[in-house]
Amino acid sequence: MEDTIVAISTALGVGAISIVRLSGKDAIEIVNNCFEGKDLTKVNSHTINYGYIKNDEEIIDEVLVSVMKEPRTYTKENIVEINCHGGIIATNKILETMLENGARLAEPGEFTKRAFLNGRIDLVESESVMDLIESKSDEARSLAISSLKGNISNLIEEFRDNLKQLLSQIEVNIDYPEYYDIEVVTKQNIRDNLDGMKNNLNRLIKESKNTLPVKEGIKTVILGRPNVGKSSLLNALLNEDKAIVTEVAGTTRDIVEGEILLDGILLKMIDTAGIRKTANVVESIGVEKSLSLIKDADLVIVVLNNNEKLTKEDQEILEKTKHKPRIVVVNKVDLKTKLKLKEEIDNIITTSTIKNLGIEELKDKIKELFNIEQIKTKDYTYLSNSRQISLARRAYKELKQAEEALDNNVPIDMVEIDLKDAFDTLGEIIGETYSEEIIDNLFKNFCVGK
Amino acid sequence: MIRMEYDIIVVGGGHAGCEAALSSARLGDKTLLVTGNIKNIADMPCNPSVGGPAKGIVVREIDALGGEMGKNADKACIQMKMLNTKKGPAVQALRAQADKHIYPLEMLKTLNSEENLTIKEAMVEDLIVEDNKIKGIILDNNEKITSKAVILTTGTYLKADILNGKDRTPSGPHGEKRSNHLSDKLKELGFTILRLKTGTPPRVDKNIIDYDKTSLEPGDNVLRTFSFDNKAYYKVEEQVPCHLIYTNEETHKIINKHLQESSMYGGYVEGIGPRYCPSIEDKVVRFSDKERHQLFLEPESNIEEDKDYGNTIYIQGFSTSMPYYVQDKLVHSLKGLENAKILKYAYAIEYDAIDSKQLKPSLETKLVENLFTAGQINGTSGYEEAAGQGLIAGINAHQKLHNKEPLILKRNEAYIGVLIDDLVTKGIKDPYRLLTSRAEYRLLLRNDNADIRLTEYGKEVGLITDKRYKLFKDKINSINELTDLLKETRITPKKDTIKLLEKLNTSSLNEGISLYEFLKRPEITINDLSNFIELNYSDDVKEEVEIIVKYEGYIKKANKEAEKMLSLESKGIPEDIDYNDVDNLASEAREKLIEIRPLSIGQASRISGVNPADISILMVYLRRKYNDR
Repeated sequence: MEDTIVAISTALGVGAISIVRLSGKDAIEIVNNCFEGKDLTKVNSHTINYGYIKNDEEIIDEVLVSVMKEPRTYTKENIVEINCHGGIIATNKILETMLENGARLAEPGEFTKRAFLNGRIDLVESESVMDLIESKSDEARSLAISSLKGNISNLIEEFRDNLKQLLSQIEVNIDYPEYYDIEVVTKQNIRDNLDGMKNNLNRLIKESKNTLPVKEGIKTVILGRPNVGKSSLLNALLNEDKAIVTEVAGTTRDIVEGEILLDGILLKMIDTAGIRKTANVVESIGVEKSLSLIKDADLVIVVLNNNEKLTKEDQEILEKTKHKPRIVVVNKVDLKTKLKLKEEIDNIITTSTIKNLGIEELKDKIKELFNIEQIKTKDYTYLSNSRQISLARRAYKELKQAEEALDNNVPIDMVEIDLKDAFDTLGEIIGETYSEEIIDNLFKNFCVGK
Repeated sequence: MIRMEYDIIVVGGGHAGCEAALSSARLGDKTLLVTGNIKNIADMPCNPSVGGPAKGIVVREIDALGGEMGKNADKACIQMKMLNTKKGPAVQALRAQADKHIYPLEMLKTLNSEENLTIKEAMVEDLIVEDNKIKGIILDNNEKITSKAVILTTGTYLKADILNGKDRTPSGPHGEKRSNHLSDKLKELGFTILRLKTGTPPRVDKNIIDYDKTSLEPGDNVLRTFSFDNKAYYKVEEQVPCHLIYTNEETHKIINKHLQESSMYGGYVEGIGPRYCPSIEDKVVRFSDKERHQLFLEPESNIEEDKDYGNTIYIQGFSTSMPYYVQDKLVHSLKGLENAKILKYAYAIEYDAIDSKQLKPSLETKLVENLFTAGQINGTSGYEEAAGQGLIAGINAHQKLHNKEPLILKRNEAYIGVLIDDLVTKGIKDPYRLLTSRAEYRLLLRNDNADIRLTEYGKEVGLITDKRYKLFKDKINSINELTDLLKETRITPKKDTIKLLEKLNTSSLNEGISLYEFLKRPEITINDLSNFIELNYSDDVKEEVEIIVKYEGYIKKANKEAEKMLSLESKGIPEDIDYNDVDNLASEAREKLIEIRPLSIGQASRISGVNPADISILMVYLRRKYNDR
C-alpha cells in the first residue's frame, strides 16, 4: 500500500496498556525516528524492544515496541505496535508524534481493509468491515467537501497561497530561465518568506493548542478531601437545566466518563467515578492518583469546606495545582466559616451546593478562564483537532528542513522539494490537493512565451 | 487475405513522423512515410532551436532510446547553451540554436539511407478501416495503400487555417496543402475532434538590424552535445549569437490601438491557444502593468543561399495575429529594428486534433486497432514533444505487429513517460507543452542520467547498436568503480591532510572519513578529490558520481516516493471491467473511469475527479471480483 497508517488500537483509558499500531512500508522507519533504544530498522522481525518515544527532545513515554516485518503480519505490510502506559495524554501524544512524522490517521476499518486487499484474510472474515468501509467512504467524501469551510480554511489557504507564489516563481525561473524581467528567486527571498511563514504557522499551532480544550471539551477534574462536597457540586452542575450527562468509556480519543454541557461549554469530567466512589466510601483518593489527574486536566476545580479548618491535605492539593488553570470552590458557605486561607488565592468562588448558591458564578468563572466569550464572539481561527495540529506541525518541520537545506547551500531545485512537501501537507489539512495548481498559477502570474 | 503492401505507414513528415518512420524501419518493418512535400520533411516552422528546460531532456531521452533528434540537432547546431546551471542538477537542460537549412537536410539524408523506408509525396484524405482495425490509407487521388499499422503524425495540417487579422486562409504552414477530410473521417470513426490554435512571430532581414542597440546573447564556452555519441559538429568559437531587445511604450500603444484588428481580439479565432505561448497582444493586455517585454533575435540559418531561412531573424516573444501593415509598424517601433524588413509575416494557425484521452499509453487509439497517433494531432506543441511521441508510436506499432509488450515509460523513468501519461490520463485543454514542474520526480529525470535511465530499454527494443551499448556499459562500470573507490578510500586527520583541507577551505577532521562522505560537504567538488586519489575518469562519469553522492538523501527520498507510485501502478485493472457493476462510486468518478479506462490503480488515481474514496472502493471491488488475481 502506498502510505503508512496509524491508530490507537485499544479502547482508550480502558486497561493499563494502550497500543498504538502502524502499518505500511515506512512504519518501522517512522517509529524509529522518534524512538530511543535499539535501531528498530536493524532488529529482527517479530521482536519486542524496550525504549522511549520522544517528540523532539521531550520523552513522552516508556514503551515496548513490537516490530513485525512484512509479509508475515496481519496486513502483510510492516507493522509496528507501540505498547504504552495507557494514559490518555501519553497515548494521544504518541499518536500525534506518529502523525507528525509522516503517518496518516487510519480510517475506520483500514487495517482490515489492507489485510483483505493484500490477501491476508478472506471475504467472509472481512465482510462487515468492508461494508463499514464502503459506507464510510461515502461519508468521507461528503466530509471532505463540507469540512473546514470558513476562517481556518482561509488561513491555511493564505499559507498555501504564499507558498504557491514562491513555488511558481521558482518554477517559472526554471522553466523560463531567460526571462530577465522576471525576478529570480534568491535563497534570501526564500529565507525571508520562510521566516514569516514559520512564525505564523508556529503561532497558529500554539494558539490552537490553547483553544483545543474549548473545541474538544475542557478536561475537568474536581479535587478535594472526602466530604467537602465534590459530588454534590458535580450533581449541582448536572442538575443545571440544560446539562447533559453521558457515560462513555473510551469511545473517543479521550477517556471521558461524564460530559456536561454548560451554556455551550463542554466540560469533560475526568474520574467522576472516583468522586462518586469517595462520596460513599469514605476514602481519599490517594495523592499519587490525583497527581496524574492534575497533569491530564485542562481545568482543576479544588473544593474546600468552609465549615472546616484548612488541613495539611488541603494545602497539599492547593500546592500541587497552583500552576494549573484552577478554580477554588469554597463550599458550604451556608454553614459557619471556619476556613482560613493562608495566602492570597485567585479565582475563588463560594458556593452552597445545598442551597444552590454560587453555581452561576462558577460557570462565569470557567468562561472567563477560557476566554470563551471572546472566542465565541470573535470567531477566532484555530485548528480544531489534533489531526490538523499534527499536520500543521509536520508542515512546520518541512519548512524548517527547507531552511536547513538553504543553510547547507543545497541548490534551489532541491530546496523546492521541501517547500512542495509543506505545500502538500497544508493542502492535506483542508483536503485540497490539485496537481496543476502551481502550473496554473505560473501562467496566470508570469508573462512568458514565444 | 490480401497481402499488405507495407507493415507500417506513417502519415506526416514532421518531427514525430521522422522518428516514427525511422524507428519502425530500423526495427525491420517495411515502412512508408507519406508527406505532402518532401522538401518540408523535418522542417522547423517555428523557433530555430531545439531543447530547453524539460524539452532538452526529452531530446537526450530520445537519443538514449535510439531515436534521431539528438544526433540531428547536433549536426545542425550553431549555438549551444546549458540552461539552469545555477539552479541544481535536476533542472539543467541543453538548448541548441539549430540551423533551419541543415536540420531538415540532414534528417532527409538519414531517412533516405534507411533500407526499409520509402518516402512518398501525397496527401492522405481517408483511412481503410475494417472491423475496427486499420488496413491502410486512401490518398486524395483515391489511390489505396494497404498496411498492417498506420501512424498519424499530421501536425497542424488537419483542416488548417492560417489567420492574419480578419483573414482566414485554408492552408498549412508555408502555403502548403492542408488535409481537408481526414479529421472528418476520424470523427466518423468516433474520435472527438478539438480545434487548437498556435502562432508564430515575424521574421526580419538579418542585414537590416542595428545590432548596437541590442545586447549580445552568446553560447556556452564549453563544447556540448545532445547525443550520447558525444560527437560535436560545431566549434565553440564559431557559434552564432542571439540578441536581446525589448518592446517599449510605442509598441504597446500600437498594439492597443489596433487590438480589434488582430484575429484574437477581433473574435476571428475558434481554436484554443496555448497558455504558455501568448501572443504579444495577449501579453500587453493581460500584463498591462509591464512596461516592456523581452524579445530574442534568433538567426534561422547560417546558409545564406537558403532562400527561406538564409537571411532571416526570428523574433522570439513577438508572435501575433495582427494584419501585415500593423506588423510593419510594430516591428519598426523596436529599438534596432527601425528600418527592418519583414521577410515573413507572423501568423496564427488553427488545426484539428483528437482527444488524447482516446489513446492507450502505447499511443495506439482505443477505437481503431493498430492505428497510432503522435505529435500535434494529440494536442501537444513543440518539436521535442512530437519527436518523443513519434519514437514511442513507431516502437509500439512494431511491438504490436510482432506480438510484443508495448514500451510504456513510467513517470519516474522519463519526461516522455510524463508527457504520454498526462495525455492519456488527463487529456488537454490547450496545446500541451512539457514543463519540469509537470514531473513529480524530476530529480530522477535529469539531463545527465537520461542514458542510464533508458539505454537498456532502447537495447531491448532493438534500436541501440552494440557499439553504443558497449560504451554505455563502460560508463556504468566506471561510475560504479569510482563510487566504490570513494567509499573505500578514507582520509584521516594527519598533518598533511589537515593542511590540504585548509587549502580547500573546508573544516578540519576529528576522525577518519571516507571520500564518499567527504564529497557531501557543500564546498567540496569531485575534482577536489584529485588531491587524494587519481581521478582518471571522463567528465560525465565524474559529474554523475558527484550528483549521486552529493544529493543522495534527496534522490533516495524521490525514489521512495516513486516506489509508492509504482506499487499502485503494478495493481492492474482488467480491460473488461464493468464500472457500472461497482457500487458506491461517485457518479463523476464512474464517468471518468468509463471514459479513460485506466490500466492500473495508479493511473486511475491520477484522473481528476476520481477521489481516494473511489479508489478505495475500486480496489475492494477488484479484489472481491477477481479474488486472488
